[in-house]
Amino acid sequence: MNSIDSLQYFVPELIIIGTALLAIIYDLTPDSKHNNGTAYIALGGIALTLIAIFSAGLPSEFLFDGMIKIDGFSIYFKVIVLVTTAATIIFSMQSDELDPNTKGEYYSILIAVNLGMFLMASSTNLLIAYLALETVSIASYILAGFLTHNRRSSEAAFKYIIYGAVASGTMLFGLSLIFGLTGTASIPEIGTRLAEVIAEPNSRLAVTVATVFVMAGLGYKIASVPFHMWGPDVYEGAPIPVTAFLSVASKAAGFALLIRIFYLGFGQITDLSTTNWTILLAVVSALTMTFGNLAALPQNNVKRLLAYSSIAHGGYLLMGAVLLNDTGIKAILFYLTIYLFMNLGAFFVVILVSNRLGGEMIENYRNLISRAPLLAVSMALFLFSLTGLPPLAGFSGKWLLFTAALEGGLYWLVVVAALNSAVSLYYYIRVVRAMFFEKSDEETPLTFTFGNQLLLLFFAVPTVLLFVFWEPSYQVIETVIKGFTPDPVSKITATISQ
Amino acid sequence: MLLTWMIFIPLIGMVLVLLLPRDQDNAARWLTFAITLLPLLIAVFLFTNYDNSEAGIQHELTIPWIESFGISYHIGLDGLSVTLVLLTALLGPICVGASWKINKGVKAYMALFLLLETGMIGFFCALDLFLFYVFFELTLLPMYFLVGIWGGERREYAAIKFFLYTLFGSVLMLVAMIAVYLKSGEAGARTFDIIELTQLAQTAGHPLADPDFQKIVFLGFFVGFAVKVPIFPFHTWLPDAHVQAPTAISVILAGILLKMGTYGLVRINVTMLPEGMAASAGWLAILAVVNIIYGSLCALFQTDFKKMVAYSSIGHMGFVILGIAALNKPGITGAILQMFNHGVISGMLFLLVGVIYDRAHHRDINGFGGLGAKMPVYTGITTLAFMASLGLPGLSGFVGEALSLLGAFDGAFDNAKFLTILSTIGIVIGAAYFLWTLQRIFLGQLNPKYEEIEEINAREIATLLPLGVLTILLGVWPHFIIDMFDQNVDAIVKAVNASSKAVGILP
Repeated sequence: MNSIDSLQYFVPELIIIGTALLAIIYDLTPDSKHNNGTAYIALGGIALTLIAIFSAGLPSEFLFDGMIKIDGFSIYFKVIVLVTTAATIIFSMQSDELDPNTKGEYYSILIAVNLGMFLMASSTNLLIAYLALETVSIASYILAGFLTHNRRSSEAAFKYIIYGAVASGTMLFGLSLIFGLTGTASIPEIGTRLAEVIAEPNSRLAVTVATVFVMAGLGYKIASVPFHMWGPDVYEGAPIPVTAFLSVASKAAGFALLIRIFYLGFGQITDLSTTNWTILLAVVSALTMTFGNLAALPQNNVKRLLAYSSIAHGGYLLMGAVLLNDTGIKAILFYLTIYLFMNLGAFFVVILVSNRLGGEMIENYRNLISRAPLLAVSMALFLFSLTGLPPLAGFSGKWLLFTAALEGGLYWLVVVAALNSAVSLYYYIRVVRAMFFEKSDEETPLTFTFGNQLLLLFFAVPTVLLFVFWEPSYQVIETVIKGFTPDPVSKITATISQ
Repeated sequence: MLLTWMIFIPLIGMVLVLLLPRDQDNAARWLTFAITLLPLLIAVFLFTNYDNSEAGIQHELTIPWIESFGISYHIGLDGLSVTLVLLTALLGPICVGASWKINKGVKAYMALFLLLETGMIGFFCALDLFLFYVFFELTLLPMYFLVGIWGGERREYAAIKFFLYTLFGSVLMLVAMIAVYLKSGEAGARTFDIIELTQLAQTAGHPLADPDFQKIVFLGFFVGFAVKVPIFPFHTWLPDAHVQAPTAISVILAGILLKMGTYGLVRINVTMLPEGMAASAGWLAILAVVNIIYGSLCALFQTDFKKMVAYSSIGHMGFVILGIAALNKPGITGAILQMFNHGVISGMLFLLVGVIYDRAHHRDINGFGGLGAKMPVYTGITTLAFMASLGLPGLSGFVGEALSLLGAFDGAFDNAKFLTILSTIGIVIGAAYFLWTLQRIFLGQLNPKYEEIEEINAREIATLLPLGVLTILLGVWPHFIIDMFDQNVDAIVKAVNASSKAVGILP
């Protein structure tokens, strides 16, 4: 489809751009420093974008001459990103960390990241994919370093930039190799041509190297081993709302791009004796979850603990991508949805506690059950759901990911993941223990505004309901990604099972 | 529907208890007591109306739940589950009675207890593997909080240890469960239905019937249940959890949660994976004997009354495992009977420990002496429970253990006779530690510290009475329970023997 015709499908992105510009302009007015006007503009923009997305239905079209594709898959990710952004904006309005004088820019950057993430989720061309990735990265660097007076925040941004530059440079090199080998930047075409390229024994090494290098860039975005090093420091140094945003939205967008590139590109190499990218992903997945969980064990800072836990969850999510089978992709979408609620919920509690009690350490959570029962019970729900205990939604998600990997016979990976879930209980439960079992000298009840309690329930209720009403939510995903599954994938699964 | 009501009445009750106004502790106690009576009434009704002339499932209900994965809300009762459901429902009001003295956070305690009851009853009724797992895990959370908040001095450590151990076992079970599901058919036709899976696993040529596959998934399920039973070397959580838990929760732990492990072994490992079971009977029997002797020896050397009872549980559960490993009719009958009996007897024992602890505020066996003079009724009931537990003929403990041993003597595993004889040492040690304890606490010179000790009161007697009556009843008339699952045991033994002949283990 040519550029002019494409615009009608590009409305959500246009609204996002408009909102970002409007937010910047409003920030110039003198009132903007005293109220949360920019935040409301941003929220309004998100609402409009959501309306635009939902009213467009489920088209499946290549736009701008095949640069991006709008389909159920990208729409699903866009909604995840938008909901996360909306939550982040509300969190930021609550947060005491951010300087009111710069909040205007902050919201416009937050909205601008959405544009990059939208393009990441829908790109079908390496060029757009790379540009989108960089848009997201650069905006994220700024967000991570937004606490200008805070050394940790600056350090976080700096680390983020350095790692980001290395990772995206490596990825760019990988992409150039692919372009050189196949002569095209269009991901679907790469898929078809790679099969011919791989037939030539001399180019196999180049394809393997390219796969590994591309994985470096994507691995950086989803914070997988060995490109995770920025994760804990950035997550700890950045303002809590940004951490929450990065750990959900950034990860989701990274997975969207990873699925596109691996699914439509490398996934077409079914002869695994030449380039075994599934083993690469499986090993990365196992290492990531193990590292994340082991590193979270000794943490006393809840924010840092959640940061490592979010690395581990990246590892679990990768399990769904390893075989790129139908169940796996649905599992990733489903898990990300659940992860959105439970992880954002947990971060929201961290924000509320940090605002009230001035700290993020586990001891700040002592005796929370008698001081703020709703907060403590919700936090327990989020943490047990993150562990993956039934009857909570985290269990359904993990169950699907396990099933996806087992369908391809990857028993070892699933056993590693299962044991990891048990390990993760140990650190999540330390927070629960502080909240429920440990006594503190402070007994005064903490009260929270009605709006905050409502928002807490907005995260807590789906954490339970997505388990009970698993089938309907799964049906939604099934409808959304109908037609996304190309054929060769079943062949890969068959090869591995043998 | 009756079954569904029984499962979810405690859950509804939980909400009601939570809705009570603050500081209405007594109301919470009475309400919980009333709520737990309802499942008991239903369970008694189901038990008395159970048609034990056939092995099929009764009161079956199937509601599709997660159709994309062949998961349904499928519940029903057979002779085995109806027995254990009765035990669970019976211990419900008894434990509420035993928790009357809890003063801290009564509402939360009662609410968690009711949640626990839903999990336990649901577990024994579930006929869908997925549902089975969900209920299995559902018991973990309330148990963690009940031990961790209302337990003894080292409650937090004990609670976490219990939780982690069980979770480690159950995640492996989860992997095995998904593996079974994926082997059950082509995509779209797969099922989690335990009954269907059991049939498929016995159909020659079906992927599920493959002995090698069964042996692998057997291990996954086994570890999950072995932690729960507990089978050596997965037992180390038990002494901590049982000792630190409040009295009523110790009763539930020993009475029901341990049975969840052995019930799972019979329901899944024996019935659904007969090939795997036939191949594993040998080492299972060895572990059983280790359990019996190790548990009894540990109990012998305890000076803490509650710890002694806790270790005696490990020993007695060994007889259940031994009976299961025998894979013949007397063995499995004995095992199931012993599950019920142990639930009743260990319930009594923990209640009795609670009675004395409430008065003396310690549990050191050597710190009492001569209490028989001051507390004759208490002494009488304790003697009854001890005698039942050590296997005195005429009381219930004897029948189950005798049948297990009888079955094991003819067992299909190697060195059956030698192992069975070895395991009887456990009975002798059992007699030793119970009699020795009896002597140290109740006989001899009265310890002057306890001149003024109160006799057991009416509430405490009321909690012990039903269990005491059952102990005597089952000692003289075990068929009251055995008849319920007789047909099921026949079916299980037949299926296992058919498959073990196929793999050439039995003659």
